[in-house]
Amino acid sequence: MIRIANGQGFWGDWLEAPVRLVEQGPIDYLTLDYLAELTMSILQKQKRKDAALGYARDFPPLVARLAGRIRERGIKVIANAGGVNPVACAHEVRRLAPELKVAVVRGDDVFGRIDELLDRGCEMRNLDNGEPLRKIRDRVLSANVYLGAFPLAEALATGADVVISGRCADAALALAPMIHRFGWRESDWDLLSAGVVAGHVIECGAQCTGGNSQADWRSIPDLANIGYPILEAEPDGTFVVTKHPGTGGRVSAASVKEQLVYEIGDPRRYITPDVVVDFTSIRLDDLGGDRVRISGARGMPRTGSLKVSLSYFAGWKAIGTLVYSWPQALEKARCADGIVRERLRQLGLEFDCIETEFLGVDACHGPAAAPAGDPPEVELRIGVRGQDRAAVERFTRELVPLVLSGPPGATGYGDGRPPVREVVAYWPALVPRAEIEATVEVVE
Amino acid sequence: MKVPLARIAHCRSGDKGDIANIGVVAREDRYYPVLLREVTTERVKAFFGARVKGRVERYELPNLGALNFLLYEALGGGGAISLRVDAQGKTFGAALLRMEINVDEHEL
Repeated sequence: MIRIANGQGFWGDWLEAPVRLVEQGPIDYLTLDYLAELTMSILQKQKRKDAALGYARDFPPLVARLAGRIRERGIKVIANAGGVNPVACAHEVRRLAPELKVAVVRGDDVFGRIDELLDRGCEMRNLDNGEPLRKIRDRVLSANVYLGAFPLAEALATGADVVISGRCADAALALAPMIHRFGWRESDWDLLSAGVVAGHVIECGAQCTGGNSQADWRSIPDLANIGYPILEAEPDGTFVVTKHPGTGGRVSAASVKEQLVYEIGDPRRYITPDVVVDFTSIRLDDLGGDRVRISGARGMPRTGSLKVSLSYFAGWKAIGTLVYSWPQALEKARCADGIVRERLRQLGLEFDCIETEFLGVDACHGPAAAPAGDPPEVELRIGVRGQDRAAVERFTRELVPLVLSGPPGATGYGDGRPPVREVVAYWPALVPRAEIEATVEVVE
Repeated sequence: MKVPLARIAHCRSGDKGDIANIGVVAREDRYYPVLLREVTTERVKAFFGARVKGRVERYELPNLGALNFLLYEALGGGGAISLRVDAQGKTFGAALLRMEINVDEHEL
């Protein structure tokens, strides 16, 4: 049995979580998932400004903080912290913790190969709307293929203390040590499926140990000290989800089921780089004592494609807010929205989208929201998006004047004009698996 | 009798581009047939009204006593394109818990 813990569900997750996972009990592998869909484009921008950047900057100092203990106890760290510059990330880890052996997985970044792929007939049509990539080719900011777990397992086989990748499937971080330690092969579809399910359960950190859990959330103890998830994985593909004793949160059938159905599509065909998983095949047993066992995973052969995630420049946006207080707060906010829209019209400004929301009324739930009555306050939130930066800039000047010239009781304008931000959109597509070759490099 | 879905289920929701996903989990296995009968694609689509511009798909996970819903064109474009406060659909699951379902008393 091996213990695989996940201490980071996204870049920005609780900084203390990985440290506590190492300090508060036994683990063999510490995984850290830093990359959300749009993180790569942010990192690409950072790299363009400074060739030594483009990775999750929280990671090297974290490794340095843990270096002594992971070395002493033989804990291996596996992270997709490399972003668009995994080698630079590895060098920074080595600079801060020279005693650690670091291996890097490369091959996910196809930003420099886009034209070559297009020329060879790989259209990279948008998976959501079928449009060809040529339509936005000149605006692409990053392009990364989701790699699977085998290159990560190969990196572990070098004896590295720390394995750094760029883009890889989130669940691959946890599957890799199972492949490495249990000798699973590329055609072991059921075992690989078990590993993917395990990885899926822990990839969002504390979301499977009682965090963001709607099942009787008030009864979940000590969220301030919530324990992050640990897998106890067996060579036969069964595993137990748990957390360190004495930590907060709860691992139960409810908490694990909520995570199992999180952000999946067709559960009978959950496509990953390594295997197509059937989530309806698994059996879940709540063993009590913050232990849930999952067994019986079945899978099907992997597909001939890999998913590539491109990001591209899609215009400019700004979102401004004003708060209106009781009485008739919603009515006032609606009136203010009408004034702003009328003034934008008079200025002749054009946008791709103007979106108005009323926080405190129905911003989150829309028509499904519970009736709000005459609420004590409402936050008016107006966002615009368009191709003309100047138009978006002009919009940012239209909210604050309403404090003196619009309906009564407006406040909450302390930050002044909202910032204009670049819109970076996401373009999911497929590339033939044969086009992509991952490599492993030990950074000395 | 009519009860809110929250009585027999809990939910978690998220996003994939402009698609919101809602996982609906029966609080007890015996509630799963009620979920199958009551929480249909048509009713979910109607419940969210204009918020969901595209279709609604339902997938069954009898082994977990759970359903997975995909709500297309539900997030104002999704990701960084969306101007909404809940661009990632994090709160859709909570919204659905308010939906009224019909149950016989013996089913509770």
